[in-house]
Amino acid sequence: MAADSYDDVAKNKDSIPSLEVPPQDLYHAKSWWTKYIFCQDAKVIGIQYALTAVAIGMVGLVSSWLMRMQIAFPGVIPMEAGAYYQLVTMHGMIMVVYLLTALFLGGFGNFLIPLMVGARDMVFPYVNMVSFWVFFLAVIILAASYFVPGGPTGAGWTLYPPQAITSGTPGGDGLGIVLMLVSLAVFVIGFTMGGLNYVITILQARTRGMTLMRLPLTVWGIFTATVLALFAFPALFVAGIMMTLDNMLGTSFFMPAIVEFGERLTYDGGSPILFQHLFWFFGHPEVYIVALPAFGIVSDLISVHARKNIFGYRMMVWAIVVIGALSFIVWAHHMYVAGMNPWFGFFFATTTLIIAVPTAIKVYNWVLTLWRGNIKLTIPMLFAIAFIITFVNGGLTGLFLGNVAVDVPLSDTYFVVAHFHMVMGIAPVLVILGSIYHWFPLITGRFLNERLGRIHFWVTFIGSYSIYFPMHYLGFMGVTRRYFEVFEGDNFTYSIIGINQFITVAALITGAVQFLFFYNIIVSSKFGKKAGKNPWKACSLEWQTPDVPPTHGNFGKELPVVYRWAYDYSVPGADKDYITQDTPPSAVANAKAEQT
Amino acid sequence: MIVAVLVVLVTLGSVAFHMWSPWWWSEIASNWVGMDDTIILTFWITGAVFVAIGLFMAYCIWKYKYNKDKRADYEPENSKLEWALTIITTIGVIALLAPGLIVWKNFVTVPKGAYEIEVVGQQWYWMYRLPGKDGVLGTTDIKNINDDNPFGLNTDDPHSVDDILIDADDLHILKDQTLKLNLRALDVLHDFYVPQFRAKMDMVPGMITYYWFTPIKTGTFEILCAEYCGTGHYSMLGYVIVDEEEDYNEWLSEQMTFEETLASNGKSDLIKIALNKKNDL
Ligand code: HEM
Ligand SMILES: [Cu+2]
Ligand SMILES: [Cu+2]
Repeated sequence: MAADSYDDVAKNKDSIPSLEVPPQDLYHAKSWWTKYIFCQDAKVIGIQYALTAVAIGMVGLVSSWLMRMQIAFPGVIPMEAGAYYQLVTMHGMIMVVYLLTALFLGGFGNFLIPLMVGARDMVFPYVNMVSFWVFFLAVIILAASYFVPGGPTGAGWTLYPPQAITSGTPGGDGLGIVLMLVSLAVFVIGFTMGGLNYVITILQARTRGMTLMRLPLTVWGIFTATVLALFAFPALFVAGIMMTLDNMLGTSFFMPAIVEFGERLTYDGGSPILFQHLFWFFGHPEVYIVALPAFGIVSDLISVHARKNIFGYRMMVWAIVVIGALSFIVWAHHMYVAGMNPWFGFFFATTTLIIAVPTAIKVYNWVLTLWRGNIKLTIPMLFAIAFIITFVNGGLTGLFLGNVAVDVPLSDTYFVVAHFHMVMGIAPVLVILGSIYHWFPLITGRFLNERLGRIHFWVTFIGSYSIYFPMHYLGFMGVTRRYFEVFEGDNFTYSIIGINQFITVAALITGAVQFLFFYNIIVSSKFGKKAGKNPWKACSLEWQTPDVPPTHGNFGKELPVVYRWAYDYSVPGADKDYITQDTPPSAVANAKAEQT
Repeated sequence: MIVAVLVVLVTLGSVAFHMWSPWWWSEIASNWVGMDDTIILTFWITGAVFVAIGLFMAYCIWKYKYNKDKRADYEPENSKLEWALTIITTIGVIALLAPGLIVWKNFVTVPKGAYEIEVVGQQWYWMYRLPGKDGVLGTTDIKNINDDNPFGLNTDDPHSVDDILIDADDLHILKDQTLKLNLRALDVLHDFYVPQFRAKMDMVPGMITYYWFTPIKTGTFEILCAEYCGTGHYSMLGYVIVDEEEDYNEWLSEQMTFEETLASNGKSDLIKIALNKKNDL
């Protein structure tokens, strides 16, 4: 693509900033292999990431079914305690890292970033391709741990030593824990390649006129999450390496002198709490690595389908950035009762509750975007509304757990399980589902089936809410988590058997309806209603490509030039209720757009 | 319309569930009423926010439903409103944090004169140690642990000799006696948690952690291990029995000291040095 193809655009009477980065040359696939397998087109890589993540996510989903069966109907599916703990562990790790992180950053990041910032591709397409294959390798290693003697690790997704590498834990004295740690390390390597790409693309490859403060919030969310991940994952990486050394070479980074089943192990002098600090230095930002892209995406869904500009855009951007920064100084709220110096509690409770303020601002601004909007209750909008309810619920219970004295009775109970599933399990998943309905027409050129979609929505939302809302109350009673047997505490105020059965039935139904969704995807991608160009009448650039679905290189001969932010909906004076980002002011002379 | 109604139902349904749920905490049996109070306060504040947002959203969905002849408002920013909301939220957060931190201050300041006892966790059972007549717990070292000395007491420490060792899952304590629990784990993490006492703290091998409380009700309360500790985690249970003085003393008189346990195993010579030192004291 030659640079001089831009000359005529620059002479246009609407002022356009100059080109900062020379247009890039793309690698054009020469064979089937380089087109579909070792592909360098970010859109294809995004889909590869998404499919791999969902495939391993199915293992996580089925694990949750099996766990719920054991909790509510023990014996129906025979299982031993060790197997239960392996399910819990693999479920948690798969859902957080291999499904949600990979899907948001690798999947949505790759597909949307170049399209939304007006670039032809990621800046390093080759590294981007390698990034996916390294992720794929990480998934294979993880899956391999199911087939080694002793099976996968049952250490809990937090992998706390000494228990993670001792014989009282499934996989602790075998290969299970080793493969888990190796897989995580490989994941981090793959992610770093992708992550640098996303960040540099957003900073360097935006098209002319696309200033940072004109980026769609989706890009802001993914950008900030990626930066967090680049800082946070190294902590997990070193913790993983150190634990592997403790395990394989007998070093004592995390291992004090211990006596296990009457036998004195050779470790001495290490600190289990050090591991927890490293883990949560990664683990807390990880929550936001999953949440921030969801925040960004849902803002765009709400704005498009309410036909209204996002309320308080600048505040929204600042909130994302501030939340991201603060998320690095709250990690020890996961350790209030871990045995660290109790005086830390004051500091971490304060920082944690401070985060509630920018988070609340985001919620207000979503709701205020609906206010005086012109709301189309499309399926993406329904998911966005469900997200707000779920996220508000989960965010508010965070105020219980963050407030150190309140955390004491609640930590390690089902209250915690309910809280984090609401806030980082269900809420982001609702956004993912909504955004698939939203962007499916761009990816395939067709709509998903509306009727199936509505069934899918209502069952998923009501179902997941019924799973997790009542669960908080088990936590108040003191029902501890990670318990293999249905546990009727002697002093509980009321039997928990019925409520556990209710939750399990809800979980089975909610899980099953996802297969209806997969069916919808498969059938609609061939036979769905044709969508045409920009079916939702959105402003952002990904909908303005000359071809739908966009082809390699995204924007045909000329990159678009951007004249305004991504939210010029219902501008007074304009003839349509939206003005796309690449519409020059001269083309909508009567529109009274405030912010351009 | 239907969507708006359903949003209202989910919001108010949650409130209704909260009010009529039979699943609620058992009556508190320790001094940590402040924790319960802070939870209730948090419920009021967060509940109000939850209901306000849910209902407001339902109102918007109903009132501003799509109409192709209408246009949405165009108002990119409204800094007055944004600041007002920020300030209100900050006030709400302070109202939660301040009482919370006061309770935490109490939690981390062990009252002078608290009776110190030890709880030991290992896969997958509990043991307890009381200081005995001298009122001081003897020092321990993991390297000393063997069949005769399951707690790993230092045999040359004169304070160990009269320590009362309870190698069983159940513990008796005295009503209204303030306790400081010194928590120790021999192998992996555990957590000594009795729901009615509200307090908990992980036990970490290689260090001694602690918390304090005062039991205010007699009764039998179940102990649950609250930190995942391997395959047997779910079965790491036991009982704390809170007694009046008479019952407590009767139970106490049946327990053996370190010296007596060793004697009954014919291993008295192990603590000769300590006994000598003790006589010198
Ligand atoms: C249908 C949906 C789901 C169901 C029914 C489900 C169920 C469960 C259950 C029963 C547990 C064990 C709780 C315990 O005893 O501690 C659990 C743990 C967990 N789940 Fe889920 N889950 C679902 C979706 C998700 C999603 C989407 C995420 C993504 C964040 C997630 C993340 C976790 C984590 C991190 C744990 C903790 C694992 C551990 O204790 O080591 N789950 N889930
Ligand atoms: Cu956190
Ligand atoms: Cu345990």
